[in-house]
Formats: sequence, C-alpha cells, structure tokens
Amino acid sequence: MELIQQLVNGVSLGSIYALIALGYTMVYGIVRLINFAHGDVFMVGSFVGFYAVTMLGIGFFPALLLAMAACAVLGMVIERIAYKPLRNATRIAVLITAIGVSLFIEYVTIYLRGAQPEAYPSTLLPDRNLKLFGVVISSQSLFILGTSLVLMILLQFIVHRTKIGKAMRAVSHDAEAARLMGINVDNTISATFAIGSALAGAAGVIFGIYYTKIEPLMGILPGLKAFVAAVLGGIGIIPGAMVGGLLLGVIESLVSGLGYSLWRDGVAFVILILILIFRPAGLFGKNVREKV
Amino acid sequence: MAAKTPLLKAENVGIQFGGLKALSGATMELHQGELIGLIGPNGAGKTTLFNLLTGVYVPTEGRIMLGGETLNGLPPYKITRKGISRTFQNIRLFGELSVLDNVKVAYHAHARHSMLSSIFRLPSHFRGEQEMEEKAIEFLNIFQLDSVKHEKAKNLPYGQQRRLEIARALAAQPKVLLLDEPAAGMNPQETKELMKLIAFIREWFALTILLIEHDMSLVMGICERIYVLDHGQLIAEGTPEQVRSNPKVIEAYLGEEVS
Amino acid sequence: MATWKRTRGFWGSVILAFAFFAVVEWLIASGMLNIFYVNTLFFMAINVMLAASLHLIIGITGQFSIGHAGFFAVGAYASAIMTMKLQLPFAVGVLTAGVAAMLAGLIIGVPSLRLKGDYLAIATLGFGEIVRIALLNIDYVGGASGMTVTHMTTWPWVFACLLVTLLVIANFTNSTHGRACISIREDEIAADAMGINTTYYKVAAFVIGAFFAGIAGALYAHHFYIIQPSNFGFLKSFDILIFVVLGGLGSLSGSVIAAVLLTIVSTFLQNYPETRMIIYSLVLIFVMLYRPTGLMGTKELSSLWKWRKTEGGVNHGGKNTVA
Repeated sequence: MELIQQLVNGVSLGSIYALIALGYTMVYGIVRLINFAHGDVFMVGSFVGFYAVTMLGIGFFPALLLAMAACAVLGMVIERIAYKPLRNATRIAVLITAIGVSLFIEYVTIYLRGAQPEAYPSTLLPDRNLKLFGVVISSQSLFILGTSLVLMILLQFIVHRTKIGKAMRAVSHDAEAARLMGINVDNTISATFAIGSALAGAAGVIFGIYYTKIEPLMGILPGLKAFVAAVLGGIGIIPGAMVGGLLLGVIESLVSGLGYSLWRDGVAFVILILILIFRPAGLFGKNVREKV
Repeated sequence: MAAKTPLLKAENVGIQFGGLKALSGATMELHQGELIGLIGPNGAGKTTLFNLLTGVYVPTEGRIMLGGETLNGLPPYKITRKGISRTFQNIRLFGELSVLDNVKVAYHAHARHSMLSSIFRLPSHFRGEQEMEEKAIEFLNIFQLDSVKHEKAKNLPYGQQRRLEIARALAAQPKVLLLDEPAAGMNPQETKELMKLIAFIREWFALTILLIEHDMSLVMGICERIYVLDHGQLIAEGTPEQVRSNPKVIEAYLGEEVS
Repeated sequence: MATWKRTRGFWGSVILAFAFFAVVEWLIASGMLNIFYVNTLFFMAINVMLAASLHLIIGITGQFSIGHAGFFAVGAYASAIMTMKLQLPFAVGVLTAGVAAMLAGLIIGVPSLRLKGDYLAIATLGFGEIVRIALLNIDYVGGASGMTVTHMTTWPWVFACLLVTLLVIANFTNSTHGRACISIREDEIAADAMGINTTYYKVAAFVIGAFFAGIAGALYAHHFYIIQPSNFGFLKSFDILIFVVLGGLGSLSGSVIAAVLLTIVSTFLQNYPETRMIIYSLVLIFVMLYRPTGLMGTKELSSLWKWRKTEGGVNHGGKNTVA
C-alpha cells in the first residue's frame, strides 16, 4: 500500500513537471532554444496566483486563469525583448541570454518583494482524504491531477485542431517554408511562448496549493527538472513531455519512499546524463544526424 | 595506365538511412596517380560516397580498402591519418583562425612535439612549431595565399576560400585527395585556373585525386576515368568518351537537365 | 639567439609578474595593504584562475560547460580533506585538489563527447548539481553545514598558482595543441576530417580546465575558513560563465580582465546581493544582444600590441609570444 501511496504522490508531482515540461518542449520544438527562464515564469505564476487569492480574495479557478494570463503575457514579452533579436545568433549566445533572463526575473522579484517565502492559503481547495482500496488520496491530489489533465487535453486540441496549432507545427517543421506559405512566423512563435508560459503559470498555482511554500528562487529546481522531463520524453515532442514529466515524478517519489529523500534532487540529473549518453533523442525521439 | 593493385578500393559499398537506401553496390577502384571524376545529377549520392570513404558515415554494406587495409568503421581522423583527405562542398574552414593556422591544423597529425613540451616550452616545441610554419607556408605559396596568411579565413573572398580548403586538405599529406565540387560558385575563368592547379598538384605531390563535379563538361577535360552515379547507383564507368556516349548517362542527365 | 627572440615576450611577462609579486608581498608584510584589500586581491586571483580555466573549455575548445563550480567544489573539498582530516601539508592538499578535479573532468568529459551545444550545457549543469547534492549528503564532509578549514592560503601560494595557471593555459593555446582545440570550436566535422582527434582534445580541455579550477578551489577553501555545498551551486557556475562571456569567448586576456573588473564590482555590491545579480543578468543579456563577441572578441592584449608594431613597419615573424 505504501508503494501505491508513493505512486499517487509521484503522479501529482509528475503532473506539475509535465505542465512545465510542455512549455520547454514547445519552445524548443519551434525555435530550438532551451528557455532557461521558463522555471521563473512558473515562479511568477505561483506568486500571481498567491496575490490574486490573498489580495483580491478570488477563488482557485479565477486565480488559476489570472496566473495563466499574466504568464502568457510575460512569456511573450521575454520572447520579443530578449530572444527575437537573436533569432539568427549562435545557439550559445541564445542560451547565455536565456540564463541572463532567468537571473533577471529571479532577482528583480527579490528586489521588489524580498526573498522571504509565502504560504499558500490551505482553504483554497476542499481538503478531504478519500480512502480508496486502503490508499489515502487527498482530494487536492485529485484536483491537481484533474486540472493538469484538462490542460493537457486542451493543449492537444489546440495543437492538432486549431489554425494556430497547425501554424505551430508548420513552423517547427520548417520555419522558412512556413514563411513562404504565408504563415506569420513571428506571431506563431509568440503564441507558442504564450501557451507554454500559461501552462507554466498554471503549474505555479498548482505547485503552491500542493506544497504550500513559495519563494522567488522556487522555479530553478522544478524548471531544471521539467527540462530533464522534456529531454527524457524527447525534446520537441508534446506527448513525450507529458510522459517524461509523470515518469520523473514517479521515480522521484519512489526514491524518497525508499528513504533516500535527500538524494531525490540528484536523481533527475543522473537520469538526464544517462539519457543524454544512451538515448539523446529521448524515449520518443528519432535520432537526426548533422548534414555534412 | 593503371598499376596492378588499386590504391583505394570500394567494394559494393552502400548505406541506408532508416529505410532509405542513399547508396548501394558502389564499386570503384582508384589507382596510384589517377585523376578520377565522379559525376551525377543532384542528389545522386556523390557526397554520400565521399562521406563513406572518409568515415563520416559507416557503410551498412560493402568494404572500403586503402592499399590492402580495411577502413570500415574507423573514425574520420584516423582515415585522414591513413592517407585520405578531403574538401567540403559547402566550405568548412576554421573561420576565426588565420589562413596560416588553418593549414597548420591539418599538419597537426604530423607534428611530433607533445602537449607537455608545448606547455613547458621545451626546445622540441619550438622546433616542431618552426617546422609546421615552414611546411604551411610552402603549401600557401603553391596556392598563392602567402600574401594573406595572417588574414582570418572567414574574411577571404570566395575563390581564395576554395583554394585554402584544398591547401588545407593537402597539408594533411594524403595519398588520396577527395575534392567535393571544388569549382562550385566560380566563374569560367576561375574554374579553368583551378583545374590547371589541380592537374599541377597531382603531378607535384604524386597524388591520386577523386573529383566530384556536378557539371559534366567540366571534368571531361582533365579526368582519365569517370564514374557516374544516379539514384544511389553507379550507372557507368569509363573514359570521358565512353561515358559521354553511354545511353544510361545521357538519360540520367537528360532526365534532369541538358548540359 | 633565435630562441631568445621568440621567448622575449614570455620572459618579459615573467619578470613583470615577479616584480608585481614582490611589490604586493612587501605591501602585505609592511601592513600597508589592509585585510580588506588582501581579501579582494585573493578573491580576484581565484576568480581569474576560474575564468582562465573555463575559458580553455568554452572559449578555446567551444565546449559549452556551465558546471564549472562542480570542479571548484571538488578541489575545495579534496584539499580540505587532505589538510583537515588527514593532517597533510597544504602543498599535498593543493595538488590533490587539482588531481581530484581532473578526475572529475575526465568523468564529465568522456560522456560529453557525444553531446553538443545546449545538451552538453545541460549535462554539465546537471553534473555540477550532482556534485553539490552529493556533498550535501556525505556526512564525512559535514553535509549542509560544511567543513571548517584552517587559513593556509598565503600570497606566495596564490601568486604561484595564478602564474602557473595562466602560463600553462597560454602556452597550451599558442601551440599546435591549442589550434587543434580551436579548430574543434570552429568546425568539429572539418577538424575531424583534417586528422584531429577531436575526442582526445575535448577531454584534454576538460581535464586541464578542471585541474586549475580544482587548484582554485584549494586556495578558496583555505582562505575563507569554511566551505559549504551552498557556496558551489550553479549561481557560482554562472558567475564564472559571466567572466568568460563578458571577456570575449576565445580571449584569455578578456576573461582575465572581466574577472578582475567583476570582482571589484561585486566587492562594492557585497551588501546588495540582489542589485549585483540584476546587474550581472543585464550584463549577460546586453552583451549577447549588442556585443556578442564580448569585450575582446577572440583577440588578445598581446595581439593589439603586435598589430601596432607591424603598423610601424617592423615585421614580426611568427606569433610565439606567451601570456
């Protein structure tokens, strides 16, 4: 029963990773950029949700939507100011810029409100423990899982059934050809950043409810781990990010469950290095070689 | 005209990418001192064959031999050290390095001073570097690049970059030189001079050369034998006259363009 | 005679360096340099060593590594174990620091051969984090509270380590081995095709870079009394990265100048850590947006000097100057 309990925890944690990983993977798929600042967008989303609940006194769903909207705007602004001018620069230049943006968001947040943590109000969602076949599942876990699933299904719908989704797939396949076919590449990239960032914002609010404590540097580790999840599933592949996120969450929970909770944070990086060495394209990816 | 044992030999060489056969059953022989042309329409597999011969790709079938030694599976740098050197269709110079240093890099495998001797500036370091410098300048002289030796490679005009790539490939001291469309993007006058230069280095260094050209008429003048690739298969082989009158070749080229 | 001419620049720099050493030694001994300045000077030297060693990996060989603090940490802890736990002399500690970091460089360098660009960056970042988390979990080295270390780092030690670091890296770079590394940075496929054993040189760059980062770690550990895993997180790696990026990817003198300047800046901003990080982050973004080549590009100070000399009409044969 202990094992199943850990699995349930793992899936909840994993769904948070998966939501963040989706943004990484979508952005990477379309502009080949590891958006280091993505974890910080997640942090901003968490704070927006927190202030919306405590200051405006609104409920969970309005706060979630507000955080998602704020993060979508933030994502687009970051892309326009920092990444767009570097569209043709070297990969290293873009990566360094992304690191810069990440540090900037973190320390501006600290500058504006201090480094002290905040606690999410626990009354936001009904907290009742359900007993199913001897396993205790909190209603919060179910809420989190449900919200994540709805968002992921929504994303699948956007990517596969809407015009903007079609444009996104076209640009990620071949930006030049897409441009020639009359697709507005810049707007499509902006939309990708907006959608990815909105998902990270939602993950921020969910994280706050689940773990209660939030602080300005909270985005770093989940951000990196979500990236690991994206690589695990095959970066650029949307279902890969979901599976990678859930898998990573479960593995981490199992490691904690086995009594190595302090090593939990190291596991993700060991997985990362192993996957990069043995299957760099990820679980769902195809290997591509450089053209000579 | 040809020696008895071939210097470079490809036996039924082929490669598959996923399910796609990019090249199959390619058999060719290069004898010491020959200048051989490799022609074919766009996408016929010419560069793929080069990549197989130089170890960039590992053949999924067949065997590549250099003077009786099998090269299959060796990494590119080892194949280069065994004596096959190449240029690239889309110029791949070391842009930030000077012209002189570009050539020196290719001579690196023949340098004898160790890393430690360089770090501690032992006499062997200075001797080794001196020798490299002299050798590199020799090559630059042949290609009339000595006047720009301190320029960054990326700042050279296009024609000089093409020449520098050949100079660099030669500095690796190959037995076989593979040139991938060396005249691409050059005007007729430059092309003519380049072909003269290629004929000259072949004599001077006693080289065996395999030359890719997209334009058939160009190689007719200087190559002794020509191989023709189309759709990943060698469809013809022979002297320029034989190839020119081969109906398969005519069809392959007429199917695409009239040259 | 010929050798003298070639090594003139080298000996000139060595003599200058020793003059600098003597002056500082005298200033410290006579008490004219107060502890604040001595601290800043030591910190500057350690940062220069870190910057120079990362420059070899990123700037010269083009391997984008952002886990340099990991090597720094390995060196710091390895030396502290030698001197504090095993009571061995400082010299043994310094050497062990270098060797231990070198082994770590080998461990991260070998898998790195398969990775390129941003994948390598993430893997090295992961490596740095693994080192930090491992240190956090090993009780022998004190876990989160870290180790207390006796103060043993003196100016002669700092100076000697710094000089050796810069000389070795400059000498390596200005040789056929350094050119082999640069050719990998410029075009790995072409380097391979020209007979360069790219695997060997990538690992060599990691190993040499890690060695000196480890030495810097030993100096750091024995200067600041206490070492904790939190001193070696990826913020430290980013600090080092900023030196190299701001200085110019590919310029040793650029990295050194940037390390010196930014050490001064961060000393002034010591009491405003957020402001410091905001400035750092803006520096990263603006350098990439408006001057992606950094302060110096791939140029060196010595080449500026040489260029003026050739302008003057004196033709200078090869470029054999060191440092």
